[in-house]
Amino acid sequence: MAPLPELSSVLRSRTAAAQRRKLSKLEKKEIRWGLFFISPWIIGFLLFYLLPMLASFGFSLYDFNPAVPDQARFVGFANWQRALFQDAEVWLSLRRTLHFAAISLPISLLFALFLAILLNSEHVLGKSVYRTLFYMPTMIPLVATVLIWNGVLNEQTGWINVIIERLTGIRATGTQGLRWLADPNLVYYAYTMFGLWGVGNAMIIFLAGLQGVPTELYEAAQIDGANWFQRLIFITIPLITPVIFYQLVLGVIGSLQYFLAPFVLNGGTGFPEGMTRFFMVYFYKQSFSFFSMGYGATLAWLMLIIAMIITVVLFGTSRLWVFYAGEER
Amino acid sequence: MILSRRASGNVLTKSTREAIARIGLTSLTLAVLALFLIPMVYGMTTAVKTDSQIAKTGAPWWPARERTFEYEGKAYDVYLVPVDGEIRELALYRPGRQSSLFIDPENPAAGPFEWQGQWRQLERVWQLDIQWSNFTRAWNTINFPNLLRNTLMYAGITTFGAVLSAALVAYGFARFRIPGKNILFMIMLSTVILPGAVTLIPTYFVFLQIGWVGTWLPLIVPAFFSWGTNVFLLRQFFLGIPRDLEEAAQIDGASPLRIFFSIILPMSRPALTAVALFHFFWAWNDFFGPLIYLAGHPDKFPITVGLTAFNNLYSQSTNLIQAASLISAVIPIVVFFFAQRIFLEGVVITNIEK
Repeated sequence: MAPLPELSSVLRSRTAAAQRRKLSKLEKKEIRWGLFFISPWIIGFLLFYLLPMLASFGFSLYDFNPAVPDQARFVGFANWQRALFQDAEVWLSLRRTLHFAAISLPISLLFALFLAILLNSEHVLGKSVYRTLFYMPTMIPLVATVLIWNGVLNEQTGWINVIIERLTGIRATGTQGLRWLADPNLVYYAYTMFGLWGVGNAMIIFLAGLQGVPTELYEAAQIDGANWFQRLIFITIPLITPVIFYQLVLGVIGSLQYFLAPFVLNGGTGFPEGMTRFFMVYFYKQSFSFFSMGYGATLAWLMLIIAMIITVVLFGTSRLWVFYAGEER
Repeated sequence: MILSRRASGNVLTKSTREAIARIGLTSLTLAVLALFLIPMVYGMTTAVKTDSQIAKTGAPWWPARERTFEYEGKAYDVYLVPVDGEIRELALYRPGRQSSLFIDPENPAAGPFEWQGQWRQLERVWQLDIQWSNFTRAWNTINFPNLLRNTLMYAGITTFGAVLSAALVAYGFARFRIPGKNILFMIMLSTVILPGAVTLIPTYFVFLQIGWVGTWLPLIVPAFFSWGTNVFLLRQFFLGIPRDLEEAAQIDGASPLRIFFSIILPMSRPALTAVALFHFFWAWNDFFGPLIYLAGHPDKFPITVGLTAFNNLYSQSTNLIQAASLISAVIPIVVFFFAQRIFLEGVVITNIEK
């Protein structure tokens, strides 16, 4: 960072010894102002991140209900033992969460990339209109999105089943048909579909990534006789892997905290057959339905540890497939 | 030789090929868009259906009611009746087991006539009936003015706090030499992906102890302490502002705070708008915080939580649920249409340059 201008004009008129003293005084002043400006974040970080995070670990060592705080009991690592070794629901809910993420993340990332490629094509007319319309559902409050999709996926009257039935002739409506939200084999795909309405951000980011690919590369490849598909696989995709990587990290962390749709649709009962009792839903149940906050804090810390492990693993694999311009692969 | 063969092998000229690509890809995009927006059309259509249509199987997909025909002061149901090889719309005057009396609504003067067959096998005639009043019904049932006021207040106050604090912090990070600044900045960015649950329980407990649970304070106050993504976006913008003006003001003896408010903020209107929009939409959508801190206080609910409660109470009234969902989406969508350029640029800056 360049020195402040005031500094340089002052410096010129001083001797070397005086300079050093003056400099440090001005430097102190600059530090004070700087700290003043960033103080909201420092205070907020301490109050709302660092201290609660540490306290959360402290809470995990207690058996604790906020309604009767004076009955809190120190239990050592009993909560941790329960979460890691005794409570099967912890691992089941985590497995469901990862299972759902493994279905929904690839589908939504591919869909976002597909839209971005379409909207980046020189052959598509009226691109800015499409961009707006594809982005628009992202603006709808997620609760409303879930309720609208809940209607359209209704097994009896929902349009998805009605359309499938009319187009293919297969009986899709009714109890023998496609019970999107009630069939354990379909429910993750149904939830993935709501998620597609939030494709906007990823689409815009991919689009910006695509527009950042130097056109010379395409021209060179075209001269070499590469067709559209080869250009996509060998130029476009490698060059936007950093964007894909970033979306993947955000997506995985977001999936771990997936809560709203199952809560709005079935109040966290896990319908159907417990399939939608995800980790965050289970955390909510323990902490805010049963108010066992010591155990809730343990689950929260477990979530943090899992998020960190996943992030580290993803960063570890990034060396193998993420391409950074100007670096050796 | 090779060149000419290639040229002759390509039957289509360049412009024809481009036209085909254009038509093909544009129609592909249109088709995907149509599929993508089907639920929206479903929501709008369902929102204006009558209650009786919602409850009936075999009703048409468009908003309609079953047609009746008034004859001598009484209403009779109209059915599709096969008569002499053609399907006619006839009102059922007197139902019978093997034969029934029908009236032709086109020619009521002719009076009832007999039709052989089982009327229960017949299909009803539907006519277009758009219930705009469902929107007012949903609006009143869910007590929308109250939800809207809560949400606007929440979104408005926290947007102000989030923008102001993020701008201060971003200016500090962009312009001042602070020891350990880069480490602090990295810590700030890493808080963005920190799962919120891990800080939630102690925070909730403290807010409960000081009597804030059941009020808006736990949701509003933290917004005044700046969030990582917003700081990042504004810092990028501030770094791009040339220092000349600040230097001149400094020579004139203006304090950094004065410079910040009278020079930096006015110059950063687009970036501030983008951050304000982000936060506004975020607050409009916020669910988990209000759910936890406002549990048991329906008068304080924002739209998202109110809509969920409404859905639990009126799960059979699909039409009202769709209407309420659409109402809740109107303001964000309208704001987005007007501000999309600034908003989308902001999305790109925060996500790509990080």
